[in-house]
Amino acid sequence: MNKTALSWGRYPATQQDLHPCVWRSDLSNKISDLQHEYGTTLPFGNGRSYGDSCYADSGHALHTKTLNRFIMVDWTLGVLRAEAGVTLSEILELSIPRGWFLPVTPGTQFVTLGGAIANDVHGKNHHVRGTFGNHVRCFSLRRSNEPAMLCSLEDNSSYFAATIGGLGLTGVIEWAEIALMPIQSSQIDTTSIRFDRLTDFFTLAKDLDSRHEYGVAWIDCLATGSRAGRGIFIAANHAQEGALKTNLKNHLSIPVIPRFSIINGLTTRLFNTLNWHLQSAQTKNKSINFEPYFYPLDRVLQCNRLYGRKGFQQFQCVIPEHAAEPALAEILVTIAKSKQASFLAVLKRCGNMTSPGLLSFPMSGTSLAIDFPNSQNLTQTLLPKLDAIVRASRGRLYPAKDAHMTGEDFRNAYPAWTEVEKLRDPALNSQFWKRVTT
Amino acid sequence: MKRILIIGATSAIATACARTWASQNCALFLVARNPEKLAQHAADLSARGAASVSTHAMDATDLGAHNNMIECARATLSTLDIVLIAHGTLSDQSACEKSSATAIAEFNTNAVSVIALLTALAPIFEQQRNGTLAVISSVAGDRGRPSNYYYGAAKGAVSICCQGLRARLYKVGATVLTIKPGFVDTPMTRHLNLPALLLATPEGVARSILRAIDKRKSVLYTPYWWAYIMLIIKLIPEPIFKRLNL
Repeated sequence: MNKTALSWGRYPATQQDLHPCVWRSDLSNKISDLQHEYGTTLPFGNGRSYGDSCYADSGHALHTKTLNRFIMVDWTLGVLRAEAGVTLSEILELSIPRGWFLPVTPGTQFVTLGGAIANDVHGKNHHVRGTFGNHVRCFSLRRSNEPAMLCSLEDNSSYFAATIGGLGLTGVIEWAEIALMPIQSSQIDTTSIRFDRLTDFFTLAKDLDSRHEYGVAWIDCLATGSRAGRGIFIAANHAQEGALKTNLKNHLSIPVIPRFSIINGLTTRLFNTLNWHLQSAQTKNKSINFEPYFYPLDRVLQCNRLYGRKGFQQFQCVIPEHAAEPALAEILVTIAKSKQASFLAVLKRCGNMTSPGLLSFPMSGTSLAIDFPNSQNLTQTLLPKLDAIVRASRGRLYPAKDAHMTGEDFRNAYPAWTEVEKLRDPALNSQFWKRVTT
Repeated sequence: MKRILIIGATSAIATACARTWASQNCALFLVARNPEKLAQHAADLSARGAASVSTHAMDATDLGAHNNMIECARATLSTLDIVLIAHGTLSDQSACEKSSATAIAEFNTNAVSVIALLTALAPIFEQQRNGTLAVISSVAGDRGRPSNYYYGAAKGAVSICCQGLRARLYKVGATVLTIKPGFVDTPMTRHLNLPALLLATPEGVARSILRAIDKRKSVLYTPYWWAYIMLIIKLIPEPIFKRLNL
């Protein structure tokens, strides 16, 4: 019996049958077998994409999580080559004690290496290091009926560019080689500053980002009127001294899926208000371990279940620099007015480093990510309103998080999609791709 | 630094054990059939921190090849602190029922080859006067059930052999650990319709195996509650048991 899975948002609730691949040598046959039997398939790693971009159009995905061997590590140069199913958590467990860290990490360490490339993920240091794709040296791509293809900036460069952020459509990544970043300690020196309005975020970001590796802000998205756009900016650097420790502690887990969302108007209002008030008005400096800093949500396994049976959607957009402030203000007002609950609302200023990937999400500007419990009201009223603001300001939405954007918005925001479509493996297609390209 | 010989090294449970041993800087000698898979596996374990990794391609049912393999392992590792025997196949019960050749082939893989290895390894542990011989048997070997008695018979033979050998080696200071996993989510069991609640991960099973080796346990049911399930199954009187379709 094959395992089944849903995406992280558990919406849309199209169960995927996962067909595991355990050995690299089996990959070619697996792709052609699945193509033969179901028409198309799609690589599926650890299921951390939020919407339908990780769903095979056929409902039968090629599970690469079991392809999880390291192939080569060089701790003097900080270079690592591993199979696509290795998770970032496994990489950190090895690399931190030896003084190396991922140069770019998203908000969860449970994504696979292949998934990090396919979604060209970014982190709190986008303004300094760009996206994950900026640190990929090369990878091996397996396409149906073709020998393994080595891709890098020099070799098969068109496939290299189309695969980074390519949502798993150009082939199955067999292994990848990435460059790591040296660290002196696994501790993170953080500076937290509370701010009262959205304008202050932009001032703080301009000031702090130049002096810090990491910068991100949490926003109280339910605050209205004079309090609108208040939040906490957290800037951070890797500590220069201290131990190199990975303390993978025991995680909590949400064992069942509640009937209703635990995250609702009441709990989020409480959380948001408390969170803001608990932060002192003064700037606070603190040294904390890398795990609570980078991966606070990873502490609770399957925390996505808190949203109940209907699941949730994340709205993540990036707005170009010049239009960012007014557009985000409008977005925040629209959300606050709608009274749709959200715990997690994160603002991040993105830098101007270009990714080699054709469909890379970040651009020079500011990105906002907000989780919403799923509801009819959300899909029919709020999200279309937010989309209109993003459209007008020439911003774009993040395919890895998306379950709703219109085909027109996607094609306008990512004109390079036609190039990816040309290089798409005929054996691979996703629900997302079908939704936005046809 | 522990020196460890793993037979059936590419199996899921053995892989999970080996990755932990690698992270503890152990020296590993890996035995499996497929040289290409062995090489991929060895590279992974080296990257994960193993002090050294050697490989040896061998089909465990080729009994004549055992002594050479053991000699190579001893030449490489010098002492054997831990030997893990993990190879095996999940016999297709209905295929065995239809063909005695299939039934015997399955028994050769799951029982005869293991008993031969235990016989060849026992004098080495007597000579060393320490170390642990850990053998993956199964809860299926505790009682013959109509749904899988060929597999069960082979695992039962392994359990009994280990039990006797344990008492023999105890006197010289070496340990024999019989590992009885329940349902584990591995490529070997993927085609079965196993109840998700009872399904353990290879990583979880590996953690309990390593703990049992450290504690010099004799028999390990993993996950632990299988001990209770099997106790109940063993206690059902035969007149009732034969009427059940377990």
